[in-house]
Amino acid sequence: MPVRATEPPDVPRRVRVTSPRRNAVVRGPQRPVTTDIREQTGLGELYMRSLVRAQLRLSLTVLAATAVVLCGLPLAFLLVPATQTVHVWRIPLPWLVLGAAVYPVVLAAARYYVRQAERLEREFVALVERQ
Amino acid sequence: MSSHYGIVAIVAVCALTAGVGAFGLRLSRTTSDFYVASRAVSPRLNASAIGGEYLSAASFLGIAGLIYSRGADMLWFPVGYTVGYLVLLVLIAAPLRRSGAYTVPDFAEARLDSPRIRRLCSVLVIGIGWLYLLPQFQGAGLALHVVTGAPAWVGGLIVAVVVLLSVVAGGMRSITFVQAVQYWLKLTAICIPAFVLLMLWLRQGQPAPVVLSEPGGGGWARPLSGFGGQDHPTYWTYSTLLALCLGTMGLPHVIVRFYTNPDGHAARRTTSWVIGLLAAFYVFTPLYGVWGRVWLPQLPHGLHPDSVVLLLPSAASPTTLGDVLSALLAGGAFAAFLSTASGLTISVAGVLDQDLLRPRLHAWTGGDAMSVQGFRVAAVLGILVPYGLSLAGASVALASAVGLAFAVAASTFCPLLVLGVWWRRLSTVGAAAGLGIGGTLALLAVSTTVLFGVPAGWPGALLSQPAAWTVPITFLVTIVVSLATPDRVPQGTGRMMVLLHGPEGLVLPATRGG
Repeated sequence: MPVRATEPPDVPRRVRVTSPRRNAVVRGPQRPVTTDIREQTGLGELYMRSLVRAQLRLSLTVLAATAVVLCGLPLAFLLVPATQTVHVWRIPLPWLVLGAAVYPVVLAAARYYVRQAERLEREFVALVERQ
Repeated sequence: MSSHYGIVAIVAVCALTAGVGAFGLRLSRTTSDFYVASRAVSPRLNASAIGGEYLSAASFLGIAGLIYSRGADMLWFPVGYTVGYLVLLVLIAAPLRRSGAYTVPDFAEARLDSPRIRRLCSVLVIGIGWLYLLPQFQGAGLALHVVTGAPAWVGGLIVAVVVLLSVVAGGMRSITFVQAVQYWLKLTAICIPAFVLLMLWLRQGQPAPVVLSEPGGGGWARPLSGFGGQDHPTYWTYSTLLALCLGTMGLPHVIVRFYTNPDGHAARRTTSWVIGLLAAFYVFTPLYGVWGRVWLPQLPHGLHPDSVVLLLPSAASPTTLGDVLSALLAGGAFAAFLSTASGLTISVAGVLDQDLLRPRLHAWTGGDAMSVQGFRVAAVLGILVPYGLSLAGASVALASAVGLAFAVAASTFCPLLVLGVWWRRLSTVGAAAGLGIGGTLALLAVSTTVLFGVPAGWPGALLSQPAAWTVPITFLVTIVVSLATPDRVPQGTGRMMVLLHGPEGLVLPATRGG
């Protein structure tokens, strides 16, 4: 390095720029929850279990509602014999219910389930990414 | 009936199936194409394909035949066939797809890490597949006999040959197109004659159904009346409903279809479409049973009630119109046999190939045989055995025979899949015990009814529709044995749960590359 004989007098002095919070505790690199989920730590397990439990609750709700409707039909035919022979629009009620009316109900249950399951998953992803 | 139109329709459907299959040959290049269409099928196309594959001989001919012969209780068959998809959607659709396996044996091995359970599942897949293929051949024989008077073995042989040609040529990629086309073909074939018959019925002053065997009585039209010799109709209704609702998820050709979805989201959307497509089809089938009682109170001598759909248009309108409509229905029925038989053959052949043939073929040829060749050998085996059995076997009503396959599937694969997806404490021993007990009980009940007929009273009711007791027993055995053997819970269960239930939007660091 070449040595100068004389410093130019108008050059400003070097100033060290530092953080005002030099005494703050240094944080390690950010550890996303997704790592916990992949590595099966206690925290990751907790997140996954909550998702699985929410999904299972949704599934069981839809199943239970369907079961009540479907299993209730033979029961109604059995306990209230009038339902076996009553006619609606000149069609016997059991034929109308089992031949046509159940299908929109099943379809509605399916659509509801798909929407809710996707919502649960979106919320889970948002929750995990936010951490 | 003039047989010319019918023959033309059947030949056209067979040619279409083989033709689309050959077209698929040029598209399918890899083993993955063969098995799962490289998993690149959109939900709507896949839903049409699932619908096409699912609507079998039992749906197209069997339901109307049963309603015709046994009355209102049989309306539960189409309801159960549809609700089965709701149960499948709610319990296993997305996780099953995310597991990334091709077949139930693959799922069992991935989830439980046990080659022995894998082999047990393979045997069950082949058994259920063959049980379900039998009525397809019988239905084809019956349909061809009604249309042309040909002996029963010819129809089954035609189905076997056409299925082999299309499966061997194109594999799953071509089958997906064939099945999707066949759903719409079947819907057209069932709904156009239905509308024409409705017009005829209205114009003739809405004649009431006639039941010759019980003049004045209304047992045929009433549910739970025990019409048609059904002992304990309430038990039968609940047990059948359970078998159909839980059995759908265990059918080999249904499960294999889920792997052609790109991901879990698509699997759910596909299933929800399938329910709509099935409902659109099933509102028409009971009408044929009712109109059968209107126009055909007495079946021609020697014909099975399953043929009522095919006989109806000519009986309602003995003109060219009736013949053309009968031909359309015959074509639709053949589409049903072909598509279901193709789907079953694909899945049975896939399992035969992976678990039985390929290891052996590998040993014989020193690894020279291509995997596609093994699949083709397996397809031939997979379809010829049940065809042979259908020639020897006793004749059961189509929808009842299919119901037995559902009962076996519900008592074996349903507990395995449901507990495998949702329950962390499922152990290897528990799963094996459940499969063993459930499979043995259901198969014993089924083979007793098929071989020796249905005994009277409670034994008959319990044996002919076993699901109501075999399914709870299987669940109970699986759970109790699993709880008793906590040390046999597979190591990777937690990791598997993340794989099965982790949403597609979740990017785990490993896949992000970090």
